[in-house]
Amino acid sequence: MRVKYVLSEVLVGLWRNVTMSIAMIITMAVSLTMLGASGLMYRQVDDMKDLYYKNIQVSIFLKTDVTDEQREQVNSKLEVDPLVSDVIYVDKAEAYKRFQEMFQDAPDLISAVKEDSLPPSFRIKLKNPEQYKNIYDQYKNTEGVDEIVDQSKLLDKIFNILTAIQNIALAAAIVMAIAALLLVANTIQVAAYSKRREVAVMKLVGASNWFIQAPFVLEAVVAGLIGSLLGLVALIAAKYLLFDGSLKALEGLLSPISWGDILFIFPLMAGVGGLISAATAWITLRFYLRV
Amino acid sequence: MTKTYPKASRPSLDNVSVSIEKGEFVFFIGPSGSGKSTIIKMLLHEVAPNKGRVVVNGKDVTSMRSWKRPHFRRSIGCVFQDFRLLPNRTAYENVAFALEVIGKTKAVARRVVPEVLELVGLGGKEHRYPHELSGGEQQRVAVARAFVNRPLILLADEPTGNLDPDTSIEIMRLLDRINRTGTTVVMVTHDSNIVNQMRRRVVEIESGRIVRDQARGVYG
Repeated sequence: MRVKYVLSEVLVGLWRNVTMSIAMIITMAVSLTMLGASGLMYRQVDDMKDLYYKNIQVSIFLKTDVTDEQREQVNSKLEVDPLVSDVIYVDKAEAYKRFQEMFQDAPDLISAVKEDSLPPSFRIKLKNPEQYKNIYDQYKNTEGVDEIVDQSKLLDKIFNILTAIQNIALAAAIVMAIAALLLVANTIQVAAYSKRREVAVMKLVGASNWFIQAPFVLEAVVAGLIGSLLGLVALIAAKYLLFDGSLKALEGLLSPISWGDILFIFPLMAGVGGLISAATAWITLRFYLRV
Repeated sequence: MTKTYPKASRPSLDNVSVSIEKGEFVFFIGPSGSGKSTIIKMLLHEVAPNKGRVVVNGKDVTSMRSWKRPHFRRSIGCVFQDFRLLPNRTAYENVAFALEVIGKTKAVARRVVPEVLELVGLGGKEHRYPHELSGGEQQRVAVARAFVNRPLILLADEPTGNLDPDTSIEIMRLLDRINRTGTTVVMVTHDSNIVNQMRRRVVEIESGRIVRDQARGVYG
């Protein structure tokens, strides 16, 4: 009976003030969608970092007039360097071969470059790709080294953009969350006001505090959960329309977002939505009902 | 005990000591602002005294934690001048609501509520809404709601304040009957007529002090 009473009070409560309930649910949904998107992006960026950085190399180009002695010195230094996991030496001939392969569609370009003009280089793999800076500092002034190029520099730019988008989504989620919380607090106040007579009688005859508060708190929780469901729908739509639709061309570049990822992020959204609105409602009631 | 409200120039109750025995019927009388209602509020654990103790039913409630208050309230029934009924519920539902929100089942309500409505003389009017009842009848519903849980104490804060003299007397008969079941009745009133007719213990308060405490007393 009591459970039934509480549940029917929740539905009546949401319906009594339906425009406010809808506003509360929509802001909650937008906020949680942003939160979910930001969470997905976080996993996405992690996945992509794994994928790309594993294959990334740092190239140390030597001067074309490097002496064998200088080269040998760099080589032996690299081989014992604790930051380096793998070293390949690409000599002038090898570099020319690679150049030919890379530009096989442009024979003019190939014929314009002499075999001798391409610099020899060390292609090294780092144990931790983020330690590029150390390598750079160590070798840039070594005799015979011309230039050090880090492929991850380019990737860093991409990742910086992705991280920025992620942060924007998170910031939007927080701003919307504040709006949602204020709406929850307002809705609960209105609900408590419209039930003030019942609440007064309940307090008078000694109804327990949880029994007085439960319908209001659950009202907020239900709104939060509906909001998170809408957020889930929005994320599914985004995957369907954006990633499987207009951004399909970038498939090779972006690691795909699986349905599993989205389902994995949903409990987070529902949990945050439910818990935060419950806490807000509870705090509002403490001030408003003084129970 | 002493109670001073913040911002008040003088205490609402100044060093007042009063003891009420189980099963007694006590009137608190005195002009408005004399501190009568503060006593009721203290008995309900709504306000706490600045000095002194409030003991209800052998328990010191002065420093009772607020989360224990709901359970404590179940041993006290309350009736007010303005009835405080729920307008969208019938007489039966108003009384049953008080039972259900403290965890009694519908079955219990079905057994107990008609009984208590019969006791207060509202047999046959169970399904009327408050606006379909006279003032006296509404107050009977309020008394039924206060009494349905068989409280040890019934607090009545000017229960006849909104009623005409004849109806007031009927309500007093009802409170008297409830008192005879062993329930302690504490009533705050301005109504000299009633106090004079009932001839019960009268405690008169003026400016926060007890000026008279008389068994079988009269008003003024």
